[in-house]
Amino acid sequence: MGERFVKLMQGNEACVDAAIAAGMKFYAGYPITPSTEIAELSAEKLPRIGGRFIQMEDEIAGISAIIGASIAGTKSMTATSGPGFSLKQEGIGYAVITETPCVIVNVQRGGPSTGLPTAPAQGDIMQARWGTHGDHSIIALYPWSVREIYDATIRAFNLSEKYRTPVILLMDEVIGHMRERIELPTDEELTIINRKKPSCPPEEYKPYKVNEGDIVPEMAGFGEGYRFHVTGLTHGESGFPSSNGEVAENLIRRLVGKIEDNKDDIVEVHEYLLDDADMAVIAFGSTARSAKSAVDILRTEGYKIGMFRPITIWPLAEKQLEELSIKLKKVIVVEMNVGQYYLEVDRVAGKNTKVEKFGKVNGELITPEEIVSYIKEGNHA
Amino acid sequence: MAHHEIRLTGSGGQGLILAGIILAEAALYDGLNVVQSQSYGPEARGGASKAEVIISDSEISYPKVDKCDLMLALTQASCDKYIDTLKPKGILIADKSVDNIPKRDDITIYILPILETAQKDLGKPMVSNIVALGGIYEITKLVSRDSLEKAVLRRIPRGTEMLNKKALEEGYNLIKNHKEECYGDGC
Repeated sequence: MGERFVKLMQGNEACVDAAIAAGMKFYAGYPITPSTEIAELSAEKLPRIGGRFIQMEDEIAGISAIIGASIAGTKSMTATSGPGFSLKQEGIGYAVITETPCVIVNVQRGGPSTGLPTAPAQGDIMQARWGTHGDHSIIALYPWSVREIYDATIRAFNLSEKYRTPVILLMDEVIGHMRERIELPTDEELTIINRKKPSCPPEEYKPYKVNEGDIVPEMAGFGEGYRFHVTGLTHGESGFPSSNGEVAENLIRRLVGKIEDNKDDIVEVHEYLLDDADMAVIAFGSTARSAKSAVDILRTEGYKIGMFRPITIWPLAEKQLEELSIKLKKVIVVEMNVGQYYLEVDRVAGKNTKVEKFGKVNGELITPEEIVSYIKEGNHA
Repeated sequence: MAHHEIRLTGSGGQGLILAGIILAEAALYDGLNVVQSQSYGPEARGGASKAEVIISDSEISYPKVDKCDLMLALTQASCDKYIDTLKPKGILIADKSVDNIPKRDDITIYILPILETAQKDLGKPMVSNIVALGGIYEITKLVSRDSLEKAVLRRIPRGTEMLNKKALEEGYNLIKNHKEECYGDGC
């Protein structure tokens, strides 16, 4: 075990360092506040390790380039904020249907449109789930500290490689820009997953055939001697377009199923003081930091309250929320939007417990005092 | 020391965000928990600018500074804008150029020639932030002197080490040389 490396690090910086640790060798994007440091630091650091950075002409080009790089066998990432995330949806859908591993970071700011460029918000929760058209599932992670940004970034790459899917790393301005103490993991502590390469000779390769016991098809890199076709059109095992209904049905069911059927592996949550609680705050990202402070304050005043924090936002922590709803009298979903995650919590937990929402959309982080005041007196911000 | 919230204010370009990062890093070297944040946006370019640091010996959840224990004000505008965020019994370190010192008898106020020292004695207005850090150290001892110096040297441009060490020294000396410029119970 090497000596632990402790330093002061910014959230966006931790994202870049972790991406490189996970094996990122290519970044393409179009810088946008509050994610700009991710582009800047990728531009600085990637060439030093033999990687490439390209500033593209726009957001769509950014995601298109990383999809191309990933198909060529290179772990790739792009970062953006709300306005750019909207533009990237076309590419995200393409990565979903072509099963191309890639990581898309969205450091959220106030929206819609250009909104509040420098202020935090959590308004892209549903867009992360349903931003691109068509039936699909998606993986989205949402860390709450600089260290967790590091871990979640590595996990985002690992999940994208394992499930051959785009993974969205959601952050918000507060955690992207703040600096805090981080204890970096040693190399021995890191688990890095790489996509499975073809086990058959090139002439037998079917790019979209899932082998017995595997979750996803084996993935050859362009230029590695395996001939294959990649298309956004519905396709069968050969990878060539097909409008056959059965092929379409099988493909979409498989794409959705590979994520939804593996929730036990993908979904990660953080529970705080829930063992004896009769009430819980549900929050994520920077808002969860306020929620935890609020829980600490309320505990000193005798409230039996805890916090439930989904680190995996999508797929939904359905099983965990259901279990929670059975033992609690009330849950309060606190988020910097008008109620997005709330809708899902209410769908799952609403039949067993009371579900309330508390949100703010003025570009300011919700404070612990506001949460305390809401819980004690029902005061809205 | 349990939990200290610090707000460094002035105008954009005075190096307050760097000062905040240095202070946070010094606390980190002392083994403390720390969160540094800043306001972005129009404020950061010209008008009142601020950097915030929380130093604590326990875990820091809520990362923003609301009411602060210590406030640095390098300009009148920033002093006026943020003075109400200083807690009772808090410490205000104001630059001498702040003419209109707030009328609060529940705080301790130090009036120090930070900008003048950087400009006249050191010939480099850009080291005002480092002079201010020297002053903050001398008044609060929030971080150790070794850690502060290490943090300064790690974050400044190469080739400016001597200048910045001198700026820190001048900052330490400000308090001794201006003892009479302290008002309030905490002096």
